[in-house]
Amino acid sequence: MPRYAYRPFPYRKAPELSGSGRGEAAVAIVGAGPVGLTLAIDLALHGVPSVVLDDNDVVSIGSRAICWAKRSLEIFDRLGIGEKLVEKGVTWKIGRLHHRDREVYSFDLLPEPGHKMPAFINLQQYYVEEYLVARAGEFPDLIDLRWKNRVSDVKPGRGGVELSVATPDGPYRLHADWVVACDGSRSTVRAALGLDFAGRVFEERFLICDVEMEAEFPSERWFWFEPPFHAGQSALLHKQPDNIYRIDLQLGWDTDPEAEKAPERVIPRIQAMVGERPFEIDWVSVYTFQCRRMERFVHGRVLFAGDSAHVVSPFGARGGNGGIQDADNLAWKLALVLAGEAPESLIETYDDERIPAADENILNSSRSTAFMTPKSPMEATFRKAVLELAGTEPFARRLINSGRLSTAHHYRATGLSGEDALLPGEAPLAAPGAPPVDAPLGAGSGFLSERLGGGFRALWLGDPRHASNRFECECAEAGLKALAATSPEARRRYGAEKGPAVYLFRPDQHVAARWPEAAFSAARARAALTRASGRAG
Amino acid sequence: MSGERGPGLADPDGFYAALMAAHEGLSEAESAALNARIVLLLADAAGDEAAIAAIARARATAPQEKAGR
Repeated sequence: MPRYAYRPFPYRKAPELSGSGRGEAAVAIVGAGPVGLTLAIDLALHGVPSVVLDDNDVVSIGSRAICWAKRSLEIFDRLGIGEKLVEKGVTWKIGRLHHRDREVYSFDLLPEPGHKMPAFINLQQYYVEEYLVARAGEFPDLIDLRWKNRVSDVKPGRGGVELSVATPDGPYRLHADWVVACDGSRSTVRAALGLDFAGRVFEERFLICDVEMEAEFPSERWFWFEPPFHAGQSALLHKQPDNIYRIDLQLGWDTDPEAEKAPERVIPRIQAMVGERPFEIDWVSVYTFQCRRMERFVHGRVLFAGDSAHVVSPFGARGGNGGIQDADNLAWKLALVLAGEAPESLIETYDDERIPAADENILNSSRSTAFMTPKSPMEATFRKAVLELAGTEPFARRLINSGRLSTAHHYRATGLSGEDALLPGEAPLAAPGAPPVDAPLGAGSGFLSERLGGGFRALWLGDPRHASNRFECECAEAGLKALAATSPEARRRYGAEKGPAVYLFRPDQHVAARWPEAAFSAARARAALTRASGRAG
Repeated sequence: MSGERGPGLADPDGFYAALMAAHEGLSEAESAALNARIVLLLADAAGDEAAIAAIARARATAPQEKAGR
């Protein structure tokens, strides 16, 4: 299998430079990485046109983000590329932890069946970007993807933002109603606005390496504390497609990152880990751990998503996946506001919902980093005690922290959530604000995650023998599309075992409100819709 | 989780972070003294039977060097 062929995307002269462009965009997205492309496609599915500006013309160099979590895969599935990603990716759900020369324990991230998407796939970021670019190309009238278009200045004004864009054919200006900065941790948009990016840098570095080799390692996440092949440090091995393995090796703070990238330094470390089998190094990078975020992600008509807004240390797969959820949260809100169906204040709920999500990612990532890098003899003593107890004491296994892997954020405190009329304590994981919990719909109708779509949806859950047409009549009166789920898994996961229940889902598939069926009505659905679209005032 | 023998920790990461934070900035002697106080308080919370059992379980988990592994 040949290594990935980086093919440049075609640069085209911007229409503004040949006299045909309008110099205007409803939404300008800066950065054609996974987050920017996800947002552009999601907006297109809502009928919203966007211009995507990227200073480069190739996909990500090196695998970079490789672990795509279940929620991201569900979002990608809604956008139309989920199955393609899963087919190409390496599906995994088992993580194995080692201390020195022994396996301490293993964990299963998706222990129950009845979900369309796996817990995780590993897939190099360049493939994800390639597939997203191809999908974006299916919306030629809505997505205007401009390679080698570098944003050089950003001037927020009344009712929009003026962008200065530099291209190989010279500069032009673009007026955008909204600008979404998806331009990564070194965001030029953030710099142009002079905004802070505060946080914590950990005194720790990892060597991150893609190695091509024929090996029989299973599709699992292997993590070592103090492995025999890399004394006193930590290591991670992860399988990717095309016989590429991701190897992460902790270096410590006293190392020179540039020197560590040299092949004569890298090769012996890899040899110590993989043994005598032949391998080739495909990509090497040195990564400093840091956790930072902007104080706010909404700055008037300029919005920040993904790494431009927040960065976390790796080992939780919380960077790329967090960014995809940002786009998922933002697209439908922008679409409603641009269509005049919601007030502009709806955009502020992006801050209300995604800042706590970023904080959750930062908290988990900081704790994982702290466990991996004891900073005092006492911290090292405790970690050693945890690892030694874990062999025989199950409770200690839950204290081992080699990364708490990304799960979707539950928007607990959002003002967009409506009524929760189920009995207290019923299905808490599906309470308003929760991400969707996938389940088979029943009667061979596929999975909930693939049928919820990208608009407001009402879902009836119950025993098929108790189905009535009242639900559908109330939905029709409220102008809501109706779905039904009858499988035991769906009823259990949504607290509809004792009696039928009705859920209202938002366009990003998070739960907006829920009722026992008897309490559901068109009027209550309308009230929840008003609230979920930010029109409740 | 099967095999758990106590009420357990609902938020193990939160506990661990709080424990590490409590030791921050202490000398080794101060940390050892803090640990002693924490063990005694936890024994009180656990009760006689669980506290005595914990001593035996901790001793049984010999460090790897001494176990010769």
